[in-house]
Amino acid sequence: MNRQIRQLGVALLVLFALLFVQLNRVQVYQAEELTSNPLNTRRVVRDFGQRRGNIVTADGVIVAESVDVDGRFARERRYPEGPLYSHITGYFSFEFGATGVERSYNNELAGRTEGQRFDSFFDFFGDGDVSGDVHLTIDSELQRVAANALGERRGSVIALDPRTGAVLAFHSWPTFDPNSISTVDLDAARSAKEALDDDADIPLLTRAHREVFPPGSTFKVITAASALETGRVTTTAPVFPEVVAYELPLTDVTLQNFGGNPCGGDLASSLARSCNTSFAEIGAEYLGPDLLSETAERFGFNETPPFDLPLTVESRFPTDYGIVLGQSDANPPADIVEGSSLLAQAAIGQYDVRATPLQMALVAAGVGNDGEILAPHVVDRVTNTDGGEVIDRHTPELWRRALSPDVARATADLMVGVVEAGTATSLARSGLVVGAKTGTAEIVTDSPTSDTHAWIIAFAGLPENPPEFAIAVVVEAVPGGGQQTGGAVAAPIAAAVLDAHFG
Amino acid sequence: MKAFFVGRHRRNGELVLIILGGLVTTGAYILASLGRLSSIPANVGPFLVIILGLFVAAHIATRFLAPEADGLLLPLAGLLNGLGYVFIARLNDELAAQQALWTFLGVGLYVATLLVVRRSRDLEGWQYTLLFVGLGLLLLPLLPVFGQTINGSRIWVRVGPINFQPGEFAKLALAIFFASYIVDKRELFRAGTWKLGPLRLPEPRHSGPLLLGWGASLLVMVAQRDLGTSLLFFMLFLIVFWVGTERVAYLLAGLVLFIGGALVAWRRFSHVQTRVDAWIDPWQDPLGGGFQIVEAQFGLASGGLTGTGPGRGYPQRVPAAETDFIFSTIGEELGLLGATAILMTFVLMIGSGLRAALGATRPFAKLLATGLTGLLGVQAFIIIAGVTRVLPLTGVTLPFVSYGGSSLLANYALLALLMRISDEQVDRPHDAPTPGKRRASAAALSTPTP
Repeated sequence: MNRQIRQLGVALLVLFALLFVQLNRVQVYQAEELTSNPLNTRRVVRDFGQRRGNIVTADGVIVAESVDVDGRFARERRYPEGPLYSHITGYFSFEFGATGVERSYNNELAGRTEGQRFDSFFDFFGDGDVSGDVHLTIDSELQRVAANALGERRGSVIALDPRTGAVLAFHSWPTFDPNSISTVDLDAARSAKEALDDDADIPLLTRAHREVFPPGSTFKVITAASALETGRVTTTAPVFPEVVAYELPLTDVTLQNFGGNPCGGDLASSLARSCNTSFAEIGAEYLGPDLLSETAERFGFNETPPFDLPLTVESRFPTDYGIVLGQSDANPPADIVEGSSLLAQAAIGQYDVRATPLQMALVAAGVGNDGEILAPHVVDRVTNTDGGEVIDRHTPELWRRALSPDVARATADLMVGVVEAGTATSLARSGLVVGAKTGTAEIVTDSPTSDTHAWIIAFAGLPENPPEFAIAVVVEAVPGGGQQTGGAVAAPIAAAVLDAHFG
Repeated sequence: MKAFFVGRHRRNGELVLIILGGLVTTGAYILASLGRLSSIPANVGPFLVIILGLFVAAHIATRFLAPEADGLLLPLAGLLNGLGYVFIARLNDELAAQQALWTFLGVGLYVATLLVVRRSRDLEGWQYTLLFVGLGLLLLPLLPVFGQTINGSRIWVRVGPINFQPGEFAKLALAIFFASYIVDKRELFRAGTWKLGPLRLPEPRHSGPLLLGWGASLLVMVAQRDLGTSLLFFMLFLIVFWVGTERVAYLLAGLVLFIGGALVAWRRFSHVQTRVDAWIDPWQDPLGGGFQIVEAQFGLASGGLTGTGPGRGYPQRVPAAETDFIFSTIGEELGLLGATAILMTFVLMIGSGLRAALGATRPFAKLLATGLTGLLGVQAFIIIAGVTRVLPLTGVTLPFVSYGGSSLLANYALLALLMRISDEQVDRPHDAPTPGKRRASAAALSTPTP
């Protein structure tokens, strides 16, 4: 029988060798494929419960943290400041994924960048915690002031440093409590998400960089800059006629000044008083479609800004106005095109011009910063949770050279004029150089009250210094709310944040 | 080194290995707690003392009851039992407490079996009793009052608060019966006077009891829908018959029978089809029939080479993670390295068991050791193969590792019988073996006997 017993031993050995081969297949060769299978929830359950760094403001306020919990998941994400930072941090949900910084810095927070992995590989004696803390550029005081000033009005406030692109305050209302979606109580998270999805005000939409609005008169800054670039218009010449309405080229339709008032004068005066007639004429008769489109695109229109929050949308400036029909009377003349009447409206930020609040903040920043627009960002650096050493730091990066320094300074002077003697005098501060432009953008609705979005964009700095502060505020039209002007509605919000910054 | 595990030194080597196994188990226990709760368990000291105390007690009993037995089997069983306990505790505290109790009883049964079965030949006289005990145990779950159907299989018996699987004990009874019966009748089987085509088979009247035992067990298994145990019995029968008769024709005939039976079962029974479908392509129905296999694959894959670390994976996603799928739990958290260590442990146990069979002088002991080792090895193989998708899943426990009282008790009894046979291989007088005899017996292990 011994021969058979030995054969049995060999047979069993072969069978176990077969198991070993199969284990190698499953655990090594197919491991990556199996791990990335969409049906495999292990990775998400693990990722969801693993160590995750904090998100903190520039002044050290913790706005997102992970706490140990019992149950299926090891940890739960908590947002101590509730709704105040929801549009920056986003949420971190098991079923609904992550948004905001939680999404764009997921690898850094979880310790999964190449560098962090490398550290963990050599971290023989540590506890293996390679997660990273994300430090925002946001100033908690400015954020709080911005949120309070906007209050419960649909709109957005973005303040940033024109010199670096660092976002100082970033708020949109309506907002939401990210704790409600990020809870490990998945049923509660699901019903919270459903309620937010059903909300007609779309609280989950970060309007500041994911929604576009007609920029209205704030766009005149770009039109003015474009006009100055060509040399066809200077700050003092020509002098535009003091009129109530401008007859759009090739039509018998007129475009009125705000409130039906007569308005005009040179470029500085026209911008200070926000004369629609002057800028419609500049757009249609001094610039033509190509020059204005080109300037708008140099400011970043028709391109998605390189922002470190996900899902940023591009601002739009229409560039196609049809074929050339003739020449204008200006000297030198501009092309009159099929769509010159539309171009005239685009020049005052109406027609199909649409901008994110972020984009308009970048316009103010670019004008203030000698024509250079730096890439906006909300994250300054990532540090190692365990020890605090800096793993990654944002380096300022030029996104757009919108204007030459000379034209930028001339445009900035025009904006300063708006604060000194125009629609934004409420932003005048002694000891500060402040330039601004208000906007009151009409939206097409059935409402008889011709509702408007109230805008303001501004930059500010100490005299003899490059501006260190830029801001865009939009308070959206309220259906049936009537005309809310940028000067009356948006400017006080900008003033509050500006005072908080320089105060 | 070899001498260390031979003769009197075997027991010393066994003690060293038991202590090593206890330390490994305690280390895994600490790691699992660290991984799960980030804290060292409060009862580490008592845990180590109890686990060492238990197996050292078994070791001391072995010194007296089976001093010449193999020195590897007990430490290996203890290691499997200990690691199994760590992973059960990591999954379910309540089951762990029960498993601890079953471990105590199991070790107790090991000692008791060594005490009662002083000579393996004593078992031979009980062959028909054991046949009926085995069949009775198998039939027990089909009784209306006692029988329980759990997870679709009617293999449980309820007595008071305790559920147990009598099939686990039936396999021992039938192994003993098969071995003794075939030894008795092996000459008849070898002669094979009854011709059926090219096959020379024994007279039907001689093989009657054998066919009865085998057929009844298969029938019951089909009625009870327990494919794993059915396969296990069939393999046991095949191994014992083949080794006992030394006729490869029986093995081939058996395999043909098996393939035929498997095909019939596959075509006739929907629960068999489900298993086969989930084996061929679990991705067809990854949330239904293939769920368990798919999740086990995910678990093993997430373990990779070195595992997630004890307590740091998500093995509870696999249904039956504490019982049939304990191997995927270990593969996930200890990785390929840990899973391979478990495979190696079984290979070493098989090696020790077959060495006992080779060394046994009496045919019955030889055949019984072969059958018992076959049971252990085949059972480990079919459940690991099911979990890793080498074979269709047929639910049986992983010996010594899975949660389950009946399984643990039966396997400790099996271990004791192997130890008994192993102890007998030195045909010793009642005094201590001389060095010369030791050497002779060691030589007998490595040279084939005619």
